[in-house]
Amino acid sequence: MRKFLGLAALAAVLACGSASAQQVNVKIGVLTDMASLYADDTGPGSVAAAKMAAADFMKDHPNVKVDVVSADHQNKADVGVQIVNQWIDVDHVDMIADVPNSGVALAVAQVISTKNKVFVASGPASSDLTGPKCQPTTVHMTYDTWMLANGTGKAIVKNGGDTWFFLTSDYAFGHALERDTMAVVTANGGKVLGAVRHPINTSDFSSFLLQAQSSKAKIIGLANAGGDTINAIKQGAEFGIVAGGQKFAGLLVFAPDVAALGLKTAQGLMFTETFYWDLNDATRAWTKRWDKERNSAGKLPSMNMAGVYAGTMHYLKAVAALGSAADGKAVVTKMKAMPTDDPVFGKGTIRADGRALHPAYLFEVKKPEESKYPGDLYILRATIPADEAFRPLKDGGCPLVSG
Amino acid sequence: MFTIFGIPSAALFGQLLIGLINGSFYALLSLGLAVIFGMLNIINFTHGAQYMLGALSAYLLLKYSGLGYWPALLIAPLLVGAIGVVIERLFLQWLYKLDHLYGLLLTFGLALIIEGIGRNYFGSAGLPYTLPDSLRGGQNLGFMFLPNYRVWVIVASLTVCLGTWFVIERTRIGAYLRAATENPTLVRAFGINVPRMITLTYGFGAALAAFAGVMAAPIYNVSPNMGSELIIVVFAVVVIGGMGSIMGAIVTGFGLGVVEGLTKVFFPEASNTVIFVIMAIVLLVRPAGLFGRRA
Repeated sequence: MRKFLGLAALAAVLACGSASAQQVNVKIGVLTDMASLYADDTGPGSVAAAKMAAADFMKDHPNVKVDVVSADHQNKADVGVQIVNQWIDVDHVDMIADVPNSGVALAVAQVISTKNKVFVASGPASSDLTGPKCQPTTVHMTYDTWMLANGTGKAIVKNGGDTWFFLTSDYAFGHALERDTMAVVTANGGKVLGAVRHPINTSDFSSFLLQAQSSKAKIIGLANAGGDTINAIKQGAEFGIVAGGQKFAGLLVFAPDVAALGLKTAQGLMFTETFYWDLNDATRAWTKRWDKERNSAGKLPSMNMAGVYAGTMHYLKAVAALGSAADGKAVVTKMKAMPTDDPVFGKGTIRADGRALHPAYLFEVKKPEESKYPGDLYILRATIPADEAFRPLKDGGCPLVSG
Repeated sequence: MFTIFGIPSAALFGQLLIGLINGSFYALLSLGLAVIFGMLNIINFTHGAQYMLGALSAYLLLKYSGLGYWPALLIAPLLVGAIGVVIERLFLQWLYKLDHLYGLLLTFGLALIIEGIGRNYFGSAGLPYTLPDSLRGGQNLGFMFLPNYRVWVIVASLTVCLGTWFVIERTRIGAYLRAATENPTLVRAFGINVPRMITLTYGFGAALAAFAGVMAAPIYNVSPNMGSELIIVVFAVVVIGGMGSIMGAIVTGFGLGVVEGLTKVFFPEASNTVIFVIMAIVLLVRPAGLFGRRA
C-alpha cells in the first residue's frame, strides 16, 4: 500500500512538473519595409516593438522561448510571398507580423492561411483584409482604410469640407482608401469631383496638384501614405494649395511623417490614428522603453509599431494558453476568444472576421508655437469609441462571418 | 478655352510648364553624369548619393550652423565636390584603364554605403526643409499658379547647364579637357597636368549633383533614398540622349520632363514607366542614343 501511494505521489509530481515546465518554442517573423517609403513608419521600429513584446512575455513566462527574425519585402508582393514560404517551410516561423503595404499583405495572408500559421497584420491598411479577403488565420491590428475614412472623412465633411478631389496611390491600399472615403463623403452629403492615381513612391506631385487645384474641390484627399504623403503636402504648400483656400485631408498620416514635414508645413492637418505616444501615461511609458530598444535618438513610434507590440503580445498569450503554436487556426480562434489588454491601445476585443477593436482618435497637428517639447505634435480633437471606429461586422462581406 | 484630346488647354499649358521644371532636374543631373562619363569614362552610380548629400548638407548646415538656403547653394556643392575629389583620388583613378563594369560596381557600392549610413542616422521618412523666404509665393498666370521657386529652378538650371556646355565645348580649358580624353599622353606632352584636370572634373560633376540636391531640398522629400529614386530615371535620360553627349543630356533632360508631365495628364498610371518605354524604343532605333556618336 505504502509503495503504491509513493508511486502515485511520484506520478502526480511528474505530471504536474511536465505540465508547468512544458517548453514552448515560438518563432516570429517581422516582414516589413526596411529601407523605402514606409520604413520610418514601420521597418526597424516594428522589429524593435516585436522584440520588446517577446522580452516582456518571456519575463513572465519562462517556459516560452520566443525568437524574432525580420526581413525586407521591398514593397513587392512576390518578394514577400517568397520570404514567407521560406520562413514557414524551412525556418519554422509560426507567426508573421507587420507587413506594411496592402498589396504585399493580401498576397501573404493567403499563403499563411494555406500553411495554417498566423498573420498579425499591423502594418497594412486595406479593409479587405477583414472583408471579402478575410482569412481564419489573420488578425488585423491597428487600423484599416474604413476606420481612417470614417474618422477623418466624416469629421471633415461635417466641418464644411463637402467637395473632394483624391490623390490616390495606385495600388490595393490607395484604391481601398479612396473607395472607403468616397463612400463616407457621399453618405454624409458631400460630393466627389474627381481623382487622379499616381504611382507608389512618386517624388514629384506638381502635375497631380495642378489637377487637384483646377478641380476647385474644397478638400484634397490624400489616399496615400509615408513618403508620398510627405511629398504631396510639402509641394502643396509650395503651390499655394492651402493659401488658395483648399485643404488637405491626410487620410493616413503617421507621427514620423509629421515630424518629417515639420509643424510649419503640417499644422492644421487632421487625421485619425489609434495610437499617439503622448496620449496617456501608459503610452508615454511604453514609448520610453521602445526608444531604448530602438536606440535611435529622436525617432517617434508610429501606430503600426504599437500594433506590432500589441498583436505579438496577444498572440503569445494565446499560444501560452494553448501550449502550442503549431495550429495557426486554433491560435487565432483563441486570440478571438480572449479580450485584448495592452499599454498601447488599452482594452479591446478581436472580432470573428479578425478585426481588432479599440478606440480611435481624431488628431489635429499643432501650430509651431503650440508645441512645447520635441515630439509634441498633436491636439486630440475627438475620441471615437471602439464600436463606432470600425466597420460594422455585417457590412464587411467576410465569408467567415456570413458562413 | 479650347480642348486638346478632351483636356482643357489651360491645364495642358500648366502641365507643359511643370514638365519643363521637372526636366530641369533631369537635365542638371544627367549633365553631371554626361560630363563624368564623357571625360572619365566612368559610369557614376554615386551620382544619386551625391545629389542626396547635397540636400542633406543643406539640411545640416541649416540645423547646426544656421546657414540658410543661399549659402548652402554654394557651400554644399563645394563640400560634396571635395568628397568627390577624395573618391577620385582614392578609388577611381585606378580604374580608368579597366572595363566600364569596374567603375560601375565601385560607384554603385559607394552609393549603397553612403545611403545606408544616411538611413542609419536619419531614417527614411525624411527631414524638414522649407522654402527660402525670398522665393515664397507665386504668380497666377491665369491658366495655373506658378510658384516663384519653380521659376528660380528653371532659370538656375538653364544657366548652369548652358554655362557648363559653353565651358566644355567653347573655351580653351574645355578644349584641353576634350583633348585629354582623346589622347592623354599627347596632352601631357604639352605640359598640362592631365590627372589633376580629371580629378577636378569628377569633383565638378559631383558638385553639380549636390547643386541639384540643394535645389531639390525645399520641394522634394529630403531623405537618404531621394537619390536612388531619381537616379534610375536620370540614367535613362542619359542613355536616350547618348552617353557622354553634353548637349544631348541637356536637351533630353528637358524633353523627357515634358513627356512625363504630359503622361501625368493623359495616363497618370504610366508616368513612371513612360521614360523607360522611350528608352527601349530609342535603343532599338538608335543604339548610340539621340545625340550620341557611334563608338
